[in-house]
Amino acid sequence: MAVDPLIELQGVNKYYGELHVLRDIDLTVGRGEVVVVIGPSGSGKSTLCRTINRLETIESGTITLDGQPLPAEGKALARLRAEVGMVFQSFNLFAHKTVLQNVSLAQVKVRKSKKDDADRHSRELLQRVGLLAHAAKYPAQLSGGQQQRVAIARALAMDPKAMLFDEPTSALDPEMINEVLEVMRQLARDGMTMVVVTHEMGFARASANRVVFMADGRIVEDRAPEDFFTHPRSERAKDFLSKILKH
Amino acid sequence: MNVLTDNFSTYWEGFLGTVELTVYGSVLALALGFLMASFRVAPVGSLRVFGTVWVTVLRNTPLTLLFFAVLLGLPRFGLVLPFTVFAVLALGCYTSAFICEALRSGINTVPKGQGEAARSLGMTFGQTLSAVVLPQAFRSVIPPVGSTLIALAKNSAIAGAFSVTELLGTYKTMSELGYNIVWTFVWIALGYLVITLAISALFHVLERTWGVAR
Repeated sequence: MAVDPLIELQGVNKYYGELHVLRDIDLTVGRGEVVVVIGPSGSGKSTLCRTINRLETIESGTITLDGQPLPAEGKALARLRAEVGMVFQSFNLFAHKTVLQNVSLAQVKVRKSKKDDADRHSRELLQRVGLLAHAAKYPAQLSGGQQQRVAIARALAMDPKAMLFDEPTSALDPEMINEVLEVMRQLARDGMTMVVVTHEMGFARASANRVVFMADGRIVEDRAPEDFFTHPRSERAKDFLSKILKH
Repeated sequence: MNVLTDNFSTYWEGFLGTVELTVYGSVLALALGFLMASFRVAPVGSLRVFGTVWVTVLRNTPLTLLFFAVLLGLPRFGLVLPFTVFAVLALGCYTSAFICEALRSGINTVPKGQGEAARSLGMTFGQTLSAVVLPQAFRSVIPPVGSTLIALAKNSAIAGAFSVTELLGTYKTMSELGYNIVWTFVWIALGYLVITLAISALFHVLERTWGVAR
């Protein structure tokens, strides 16, 4: 199915001490594909997302990005991370910098862009997420939904090959979730490769190419969204879906 | 009372000596403290060990002993420098251990996500620390760093025992000249007060400008 694999995980295992959080994970994400990872809490889905840019180390297995294996540390790893945008549950905007500076910082530091060019690029991206008017504000002056849109713009500023979303809407008030999802839907339509850990089943149904269901550190199902939601194969997935869809 | 007016030049020299020790010692302590704090949070194990050993040794050595070690020890290895430079070295290295720990506690107040966000954007360890973590850590360490530098100013008195010109040492001259010891010390104490209050004022301004808004 994935003709041109961009992210490949093979036999990935991770432990937190005794706890085996990722068990023999094999996952391939093709270029332009949107893969949504769902599952009960503690199933390892956030950890999986964080291993892809090595914010979490792994004990065994290989992860390759665009054919290159993930370097262990240092400058090579930093270079690779710049190619993969990451959006966090808690936004993690730089608290001491304005919105514009947040988006420009890494362009200047990592891409070595001139400050003016970086700021121009940042303004375009802020325009795209509908926050240009807030460019001079500090993160604390924005709502959660606005902060998360800035965080998406900040990740996009590096022109990444892929974007990782680690529960991007879980810390948001219900009325702000949609503004963030809208930006993500737009990204998906534009052909961005995305790995999205989320509880938003509506987004999974509408925008995902594949749904990966995880439980207890394993990938239990990996299928097209409509298939998965209407005919889950495993008991674990049936149980999970019956709990979250009936309320 | 006239002990000050009669011996103003002696006092003044001593005062300048203490100011000099404090300023150079502080600069050295801040620079080394920054470096050691970076070492202690570095991803490289050997740097972390070096930072930890540095702090443990210097923080747990009595300052007077450290002065002996520097002033008497280093010349044995062929390193002969003016006593004032030795004193600045001893004071600076000693205080850097405390600055390092104050900075490190500041680094720990910065949420982990800030560093993760910086790294996920492809910033190196040095860039993450200097552009994202330390500027935020700096805000919360202004008060403890101020206290540490005040302590340094007062610790500089020990240098007087090693024939470095500084404020406390002036009492010997005065008492030999037969001046009242109480007044001699009152003026010396006021001299220290001028220096320490100046440091307090400086850090007060820093905190007002840079401190965390609550």
